[in-house]
This record gives sequence, C-alpha cells and structure tokens, in this order.
Amino acid sequence: MNIPHDTTAWARFLAISPYTARLGIEAVAAEDGGCVLALPYRPDFVGDPDNGVLHGGAVTALIDTTFGFAVYFRIREFRPMATLDMRIDYLRPAKPGVKVHTRAHCYKLTPELAFVRGCSYEDDLEDPFASCVGVFMFTAGQPSFTAKTTLP
Amino acid sequence: MSLADTLADIRRRNDWALLPQAVPFAHMLGLRVDVRGESLTCVLPYEPSLIGNPVLPALHGGAVGGFMECAGILHMLWSTDAQSIPKTINFGIDYLLSCRAQDTFANVYVVKLGKRVSNLRIEAWQTTPDKPVVVATMNLLMR
Repeated sequence: MNIPHDTTAWARFLAISPYTARLGIEAVAAEDGGCVLALPYRPDFVGDPDNGVLHGGAVTALIDTTFGFAVYFRIREFRPMATLDMRIDYLRPAKPGVKVHTRAHCYKLTPELAFVRGCSYEDDLEDPFASCVGVFMFTAGQPSFTAKTTLP
Repeated sequence: MSLADTLADIRRRNDWALLPQAVPFAHMLGLRVDVRGESLTCVLPYEPSLIGNPVLPALHGGAVGGFMECAGILHMLWSTDAQSIPKTINFGIDYLLSCRAQDTFANVYVVKLGKRVSNLRIEAWQTTPDKPVVVATMNLLMR
C-alpha cells in the first residue's frame, strides 16, 4: 500500500497504534524522505515534578514513531519493519508547558536496513533539545498497516 | 509536597511501592516496583493501550523504551540518597525481540556510580531475566 502524500490522510495511520493514540502524537508535516511529528505537553508526561520537564520516556515514543514514518516516507510504502536500535542525546531539558516536535529523515537504505536521524525541539529547529539516530530492520512479518486495515 | 519530601517520606517508611508516584510519567504508565532484599525489579503491567503494532500484536517500542528510562531513574532514587531526579545525558536502546502483549520487567545494573555521571545498563524481559527482550544503556548526570 502506498503511503498517502497528504498530511491529513497519513495522520490517520498514527491512531492505529494504541500507544501513539494514547499519547496524542500528531502528524505535522510530510517531507522528502522524512516527516515531522509532535507530542502535546501533558502533566502526566512529566519526568521531574520539581520543574515540570517532560520525561525522556515520553520523547522516546515520539522519536520512535517519527523514525518509523520517516522510513515509510523514504520508501513510500508501509513495509513491515522493526526498530533495531535508537540512541538519544539530551542536549538540554525540554521547556515545560509546550508541545514538542521531532523531525527525522531516513538517510540511508539497504535491502535489509534503514538508517534514520533527527532531532527534537519545541518550536525552533535550530535549537533542539535532543538529537537522535536509529536503525530499523525490514522484517517478514505483518506491517501495522495493511491495505485491509480499517482506518479509525 | 516537594519531590525531596516525597522521597524522604518513602525512605523513612521504607515503602517503595509509592516510588512510581513520585514521577508522573512512571505513574501514567502504571509502572510498579518490586523490592526483594537488595534488588529492585520494575514492572510494566500489560495494558492494551501500550500496544504499538496491533497486527502482531507487540508493545510499542517507545512504551518499552520509556519504561526502561523510568526504571533507570527509579533505580537511582532507590539505591542512592538522591534528593532530585538525575538528568538523562543519553539513552541508547537495542531491541532484541518483539515485546509481546504481556507484562514486562526491567532490572537495572549500575555499571558505574559516579559523583558527576553514572552509567546504567537496563535489561527488560518478559519470561526470564536471562532472556532479555530489550537492553539499554543510560548515562545520568547526578546533581
């Protein structure tokens, strides 16, 4: 199944994953070989109650999801794959109280692997709070999304 | 109540079941801690909303990763007299196996406890601790 170009069309695929839907991860933009997704700020995503800074674990879910879609936008289909590894550097704490974004691109493809990199920021791409890389492995399994998938 | 007060209260009562409530994200995930003697195991009870791929089904990699980051932080709050949440410098995660729709456990090994930086290895498992499904490395800035 080909991945739709239109943001509103592919945004609906985010909700197929219950955890992504639970966190309220949103589609922001589709790019050439990549995309931008966002995570709203919610008090129950906080990691440090003394300052209201988001927990890294909430950001990890945003990054993993953005990376996956970045691969889909590179190959332009929903091919089954699994995250092999990810590495996230926290450059500074995320600013409390605001939505955060992750922008990622798939910069290298092999028959078996997809290499992705990106960064997370509040509203200024030039001032990221996290930098991240990851590798995905194409699998023989079932993709999350198939032509038969009923959109929510 | 400030975090330092909450931690002081938990330590005084030696009631570690309250620990996840000190971190809102850990509380949201429904994380539990199980302290037996000198060891702490974190538990992520299965919940349908943790699923990432409903076709397999498998837990969302971000859910398990976030759980393991929580486990690292909670372990340091338990094993040291930290008064605040250590800052994560970086987090690296390797997915070895797909995480099934069942409870997930995490054990944390403090590779180095430093005054400035501590290095942790975190292993998540679903059947037995010697068959990890996800492993992670975390560097923490200790304040």
